[in-house]
Amino acid sequence: MYSTATQSSPSLAGVKNIVLVLSGKGGVGKSSVTTQLALTLAAQGKKVGVLDIDLTGPSIPRFFGMEDKQVYQSSAGWVPVYTDASRNLCLMSLGFLLSSRGDSVVWRGPRKTAMIRQFIRDVVWGELDYLLIDTPPGTSDEHISIAEELRFCDQILGAVIVTTPQGVALADVRKELSFCKKIGFPILGIIENMSGYVCPHCSECQNIFSKGGGENLAKQYECKFLGTVPIDPKFVLMVENAKGGLQEIYGETDMAKIFAGICDKAFSEENEEEAKETAEEEKSRAATNGQ
Amino acid sequence: MPSLVDPVANKTDEGNNRTDLKAPEPEHCPGTESEEAGKADACQGCPNQDICASAPKGPDPDLPLIKDRMKGVKHKILVLSGKGGVGKSTFSSLLGWGFASDLDREVGLMDIDICGPSLPKMMGSEGEQIHTSLSGWSPIYVSDNLGMMSVGFMLPNQDDAIIWRGAKKNGLIKQFLKDVDWGNLDYLVVDTPPGTSDEHLSVTQYLKESGVDGAVVITTPQEVALLDVRKELDFCRKSGIKIIGLVENMSGFVCPNCKGESFIFAPTTGGGKALAEEFNIPFLGSVPLDPRIGKSCDHGESFVEEYPDSPATTAILDVIRQIREAVGDPQEDEDDDMDE
Ligand SMILES: Nc1ncnc2c1ncn2[C@@H]1O[C@H](COP(=O)(O)OP(=O)(O)OP(=O)(O)O)[C@@H](O)[C@H]1O
Ligand SMILES: Nc1ncnc2c1ncn2[C@@H]1O[C@H](COP(=O)(O)OP(=O)(O)OP(=O)(O)O)[C@@H](O)[C@H]1O
Ligand code: SF4
Ligand code: SF4
Ligand SMILES: [Mg+2]
Ligand SMILES: [Mg+2]
Repeated sequence: MYSTATQSSPSLAGVKNIVLVLSGKGGVGKSSVTTQLALTLAAQGKKVGVLDIDLTGPSIPRFFGMEDKQVYQSSAGWVPVYTDASRNLCLMSLGFLLSSRGDSVVWRGPRKTAMIRQFIRDVVWGELDYLLIDTPPGTSDEHISIAEELRFCDQILGAVIVTTPQGVALADVRKELSFCKKIGFPILGIIENMSGYVCPHCSECQNIFSKGGGENLAKQYECKFLGTVPIDPKFVLMVENAKGGLQEIYGETDMAKIFAGICDKAFSEENEEEAKETAEEEKSRAATNGQ
Repeated sequence: MPSLVDPVANKTDEGNNRTDLKAPEPEHCPGTESEEAGKADACQGCPNQDICASAPKGPDPDLPLIKDRMKGVKHKILVLSGKGGVGKSTFSSLLGWGFASDLDREVGLMDIDICGPSLPKMMGSEGEQIHTSLSGWSPIYVSDNLGMMSVGFMLPNQDDAIIWRGAKKNGLIKQFLKDVDWGNLDYLVVDTPPGTSDEHLSVTQYLKESGVDGAVVITTPQEVALLDVRKELDFCRKSGIKIIGLVENMSGFVCPNCKGESFIFAPTTGGGKALAEEFNIPFLGSVPLDPRIGKSCDHGESFVEEYPDSPATTAILDVIRQIREAVGDPQEDEDDDMDE
């Protein structure tokens, strides 16, 4: 019944690094960024798992064009969905467990907590270089639960924070950064998504859509700025039309180049070290300041 | 003055309405305030069993108080969407301004997005603080006939995270309904966070007796959003909330320079219109992407007033007109909606 984690979950034993994708704001592109980080790392030959803890609005099955797939139960636990025969990219989402894609999941906190606990303890991930966790917006049940479940994990690399240039998004993202500091999650860096727009007709309107803000935020919170990602209607189309096989299509896109750069920055050894150190400092500072 | 001095300090109580519980409720908890509390199968072995079993039972004593407050509110409208960032808060603010532009109408805006409140910024009232009087918490007034309430007004520091579990958020939502001195209102517009969870369940449960006019559901055109909005519509059906209509936001982009149109979020599966048909609910219209909407939101200005010529303004005003008709308070015919 009720028990919080007292040790790292054995089902994560083969996982080398855990990365959370977070944002205080909805719709800024957390799931898009998770998807693209996964595709980029997989293209580099890494073994990657994606865990979707957005329980009331799971998007990961759709993003990978895998909505018709199902998770099945083996004696060792839930087997995640592999995106192709190479088996170097696998997904776990509540979306795979619903009988109809239109079903609503109307759950209060405790149910969500129980589900996340199961996701952390009962999935047969096998050997993974990276486990990426896509989250819903906010700082509530899902976030508290995942933090509690992962409390004794020493594989946490840190959080990638996603924002957009609008003030309303930046304001919510500040709250998420405060959350990371309080919890002691290292921050790998900030991505500014939907930053500027390149019109297919001409290039006059570049300045109509706003840009900027993410870099200042990174400075203010003393973490790395990982780069900007423009609004790209072709990306939306790719996701909309995907019927699987994303790994091959994605490599050719403009977005792939941008995300290759972002991954280099986020997952360099030096950045990982730095993020960890800062988080530890924060943690001990918080501890000495008393409650 | 109500203030959330250190929200994080409360983290260990696992965010219960009831601050006395020792542990979070387990999965099959019958509800800590239900008749079964402490006695159900799930309660066996639950660390809270003693506390729950001895707690007073019966109907929630706050519900009559909420009903009493809500007596003076004619129309209650929820703004919902399963998907994040589709424009729920933007639309709530536009509805607020739109309804209040009719000076004969009293309007309230209530923000129940506790972890990511956007309305204070969008309404240009960031940094205000809530005051209390004998009759309750006073809303923040943006203009004479437009008041609002948000957790954003209760934070000592705007950047603080509100790390609360659902049950604790429910407590605050209840207070927004029970303790805020809204006075007599023609409209109460409720902005919600994305999803179908505690906030949504609670607000519908608390308002059940007072009656909600219905929900305005916001989507964007692409299937990734429609997928989540389907779930929200399913939720509305199950919980008996009437759907006033569906609005498709960010549909296409008309450049203010050249009037050239392009799609940023392509409606590959037919967009909001097809979804509305599928669910047999009214389609209230498509509001195009206009980057100036984002800027107006950030500056706390009314987009409709600032840019009366934008095609988005025309679409927004049309949605507002339809909502007023749907709740039985049609706009008096003016030749030009924009004339004050
Ligand atoms: N750089 C981009 N260019 C164009 N469209 C984008 C970009 N990034 C994200 N999108 C689109 O914006 C929409 C929202 O993105 P996404 O679903 O990833 O956000 P999210 O933060 O996960 O949302 P939620 O809060 O609902 O989980 C999606 O349709 C996605 O395809
Ligand atoms: N039609 C539009 N054209 C351009 N920008 C828009 C439009 N509608 C909304 N926006 C912008 O999109 C962003 C997201 O909108 P908003 O915050 O209202 O969404 P939300 O659904 O309330 O998000 P959340 O799920 O985080 O509560 C804001 O920056 C807003 O200014
Ligand atoms: S002015 Fe802007 S929208 Fe119009 S064609 Fe040029 S870049 Fe595109
Ligand atoms: S004792 Fe029963 S009612 Fe109380 S928290 Fe536990 S399961 Fe829920
Ligand atoms: Mg998402
Ligand atoms: Mg909002």
